[in-house]
Amino acid sequence: MGRQVLLIEDEPNITEAIRFLLTRDGWQVATHADGGNAVDVIRAIRPDLVILDVMLPGKSGIDIVRDLREIEQLRALPVLMLTARGQLRDREMAERAGVTRFMTKPFSNAEVLAAVRDLNAQASGG
Amino acid sequence: MATLNLLILVSLAYVALLFIIAFVADRLAVTGRSTWLRTPLVYTLSLSVYCTAWTFYGAVGYAARSGLEYVTIYLGPTLVMVGWWWGLRKLVRIGRSQRVTSIADLISSRYGKSNLLAIGVTVLAVIGVTPYIALQLQSITLSFSIFFRDEGRSYSDTTVVLWVAAGLAVFAILFGTRNLDANERHHGVVTAIALEAVVKLVALLAVGIFVVWGMSGGIAGTMARIDASPIGQWQVDGGRWAAITFLAAAAFVCLPRVFQVMIVENDDERHLRTAAWAFPLYLLLISLFVVPIAAVGLDVLPPGSNPDLFVLTVPLSQGKDGLAMLTFLGGFSSAMSMVIVAAMALSTMVSNQIVMPIWLNARGGGASVSGDVRHIVLLSRRIAIAVIMALGYFYFELSGGGTALASIGLISFAGVAQILPALVGGLFWRGATRAGALAGLSVGFALWTYTMLLPGIGGGVITDALMQNGPFGIGWLRPHALFGIEGMDPTVHAVMWSMSLNATVFCLVSMAGFPGPLERLQGAQFVNVFDHSAGPRGWTGSVAQSEDLMIMSQRIMGAREAVDFFRREAASQGGRGHLPEPTPLFLDRLERELAGSVGAATAHAMIGQIVGGSSVSVEDLLAVANESAQLMEYSSQLEAKSAELSRTARQLRDANAKLTQISLQKDAFLSQISHELRTPMTSIRAFSEILRDTEGLAIEERNRCASIIHDETLRLTRLLNDLLDLSVLENGQVNLNLSRGNLGDVLDRALSTALTGVERPLSVRRRGSAEAVTINTDLDRLAQVFINLIANAQKYCDAERPELTVSVHDLNGKVAVDFIDNGSGIPKEVQAVVFEKFFRISGEKAGGAGLGLAICREIMHRLGGEVAYLGGHSGSAFRVSLLAESEVAAR
Repeated sequence: MGRQVLLIEDEPNITEAIRFLLTRDGWQVATHADGGNAVDVIRAIRPDLVILDVMLPGKSGIDIVRDLREIEQLRALPVLMLTARGQLRDREMAERAGVTRFMTKPFSNAEVLAAVRDLNAQASGG
Repeated sequence: MATLNLLILVSLAYVALLFIIAFVADRLAVTGRSTWLRTPLVYTLSLSVYCTAWTFYGAVGYAARSGLEYVTIYLGPTLVMVGWWWGLRKLVRIGRSQRVTSIADLISSRYGKSNLLAIGVTVLAVIGVTPYIALQLQSITLSFSIFFRDEGRSYSDTTVVLWVAAGLAVFAILFGTRNLDANERHHGVVTAIALEAVVKLVALLAVGIFVVWGMSGGIAGTMARIDASPIGQWQVDGGRWAAITFLAAAAFVCLPRVFQVMIVENDDERHLRTAAWAFPLYLLLISLFVVPIAAVGLDVLPPGSNPDLFVLTVPLSQGKDGLAMLTFLGGFSSAMSMVIVAAMALSTMVSNQIVMPIWLNARGGGASVSGDVRHIVLLSRRIAIAVIMALGYFYFELSGGGTALASIGLISFAGVAQILPALVGGLFWRGATRAGALAGLSVGFALWTYTMLLPGIGGGVITDALMQNGPFGIGWLRPHALFGIEGMDPTVHAVMWSMSLNATVFCLVSMAGFPGPLERLQGAQFVNVFDHSAGPRGWTGSVAQSEDLMIMSQRIMGAREAVDFFRREAASQGGRGHLPEPTPLFLDRLERELAGSVGAATAHAMIGQIVGGSSVSVEDLLAVANESAQLMEYSSQLEAKSAELSRTARQLRDANAKLTQISLQKDAFLSQISHELRTPMTSIRAFSEILRDTEGLAIEERNRCASIIHDETLRLTRLLNDLLDLSVLENGQVNLNLSRGNLGDVLDRALSTALTGVERPLSVRRRGSAEAVTINTDLDRLAQVFINLIANAQKYCDAERPELTVSVHDLNGKVAVDFIDNGSGIPKEVQAVVFEKFFRISGEKAGGAGLGLAICREIMHRLGGEVAYLGGHSGSAFRVSLLAESEVAAR
């Protein structure tokens, strides 16, 4: 099964941290920092998993997920959403938009790794 | 001795009899069995209160002195009764419909309930009637003195007068103020007066018959004696005749005591029709034997005898003690009836028009008639009677008691006659005004006082010198020759001047002014009294009116309630259907029922309009107006309340909206802060976990992690500092440290701080000359603003060779510092919000939390200046402006 993860995050230090973490765990990590063309990038890369920030320049993470779910081939793509806004309202909105899993910053590294593994296993199994 | 004692005994018995009669009549009136008392005969006889001791004794004296002139005293009232009974009927009707209690009340009612006028009339009446009361005292005293002298006993005028006055006062108080009747009617007194009228008539007729048939041997003998006496030769003075006839007529209408019995005590205006012929007949009978008695008196009595006492002295001289006693009783009756009724009438005026208004005012309103008020009314009347009697007594003492009865009577007549113009004008002329009445009365009163009353009192007040030469030697102001008209009879002179000027002034002032609304209303009520009022009292009506009443009641009570009420009433009357007979009982109940909804006065007026049984008086209308005013007051209060409520509701809504907005802002702010805090914390946590959990981390990697953690920690600290700074600035808790300084120095400092150690160079262009401006402000804070703007330019200017131009210039007394870079600037659509908290141009990730410009704005606000974005430049352009020598208020 594929081990490619696309990380879309505009905060360079966070990007660096996650990339370090996942790379050491054996994942191929691609990164992107802009929301505006995120969907095109996803379509081009066809990752097995997308880690998506909410507050992105150009387009919000929520809108990106909505767009993804409109696209036939990307409907089942697992999306792990990271957000600095941890309110219930934001979580609900994300789930309605089609986010697979929702995680509030600041997260622990173990949590992220577990979530990535879990989502990948589900996608493979299903 | 025996005669005198008998006389006193008989007098006391007579008084007791009158008392009993009055008492019984009052009782009957209360129990409603007094119909036999309310006859035209009693009414006519009670009018004889006009005939006082002056008539009884004085007429003979008058005839003995002035021949037939005495007839004028009877002629006046006769002319009024016969020729002007319709005018009297109008007075009676008005008296009833307006519930008039005295002539002062009538005049004040007519002229818009004027208190001043009422007081004026009352005072005039009291002063005018005082000589008259003195006259009665004098006549009783004189008649007593005859008996005393007859007995040969020592006699003191003063003592007797005092006793007589006190006795009469007690009598008047006992009679006239025994109880308080709403309509001011005194059936007992009226009945007693009617009896007295009979006594005086019988006494005079008896003396007359004795003189004619007992002493002169029949009519022929009497005529011969008259011819032989000086009476036959008296010349008739036309002027005096006319003047005195007029005076008597005027007085008959205006005298308070006559007004009392004729108008106030009137039970039925039809009685007036009988009185119109019966009273002149009474006058004729009482005057029939005046000339014979005078002629015989002059003939048989020694010269120098007082002709005023012929009625007594002639029978006494013939040894007819019994007849003399009857005559004494007749004279006593005349005096007593006059004094009692006059005192009653005057005390009513004094208490109603003077004492009560003052008392009610002093109590501050509250016009309800409680037992307390009743007590005050009775007390004030009793005191008034005592005072009036005392005035009469003092007048008697002052005038020396020497003046002939007739001339005192004329003074009184002329006094009260001053009311006539206002009275008659008020009855027939709608244009008559309060001011006119007041002016006329005042002028007439003054002239009467000057030309008649004061000269009448004699010595002291008006000196002989004044009579002869006028005041201050002004001839044309002599009391008996005003304006140079000399040689006139004093009475005619006084009457002519006072009455003519009174009437003239009354008319002129009335025409010059304009009646007030209440005056006009009352004027119409008075002048057109026959159109406005119906005869009978109480409610009466027909079944047809029942239907109208039903329609009206349905509107007020509601259809079902009205029908129920009417059906119940009809059933209780024993009838069928839903319309009861409009009996007084039913109408009373209906009125009470309606009063619950619309108020008593309105209910009364409404029923009055439909049934027509009673006029809608001005009081009714005013009461209706009061009720309406109260309703309007209520409704306007309700309106005000409702407006207040909706205003409060609007305020609440506004406040609520504001709170909601604030709450939303707070949520957004917290959410923003949370985001801004979580982001660096995420990095810190991630890298610290990497450091902790990762084994065999290369030294470079470890250093890298540590430096990121360090950077992010600094970022957090910066953010917290900014937040705290902003919070302090926004809450106004900031302490400004004002000092003078050079703007250029501040810029130098800011530039070196902002640009020290930056990676990307920013070239700055300045013009030093313009920067030499002294400013008085918090220099550190100002530098903070400059640093922020310079740092922004350094971070965000996207030009290849970033360049910042700092220019200083004067702007209407303010110093403007512009920071313009050569980048692509801030997009137009967000220029308006660059100063909002957490604003960041999307895509910019220069580590700021978006609070810098918000802080700049707050600082400039505190410093009394401002920072604004300047449109119209290609690059970003900010302008900081502040007062050159600004006196920054420490806010």
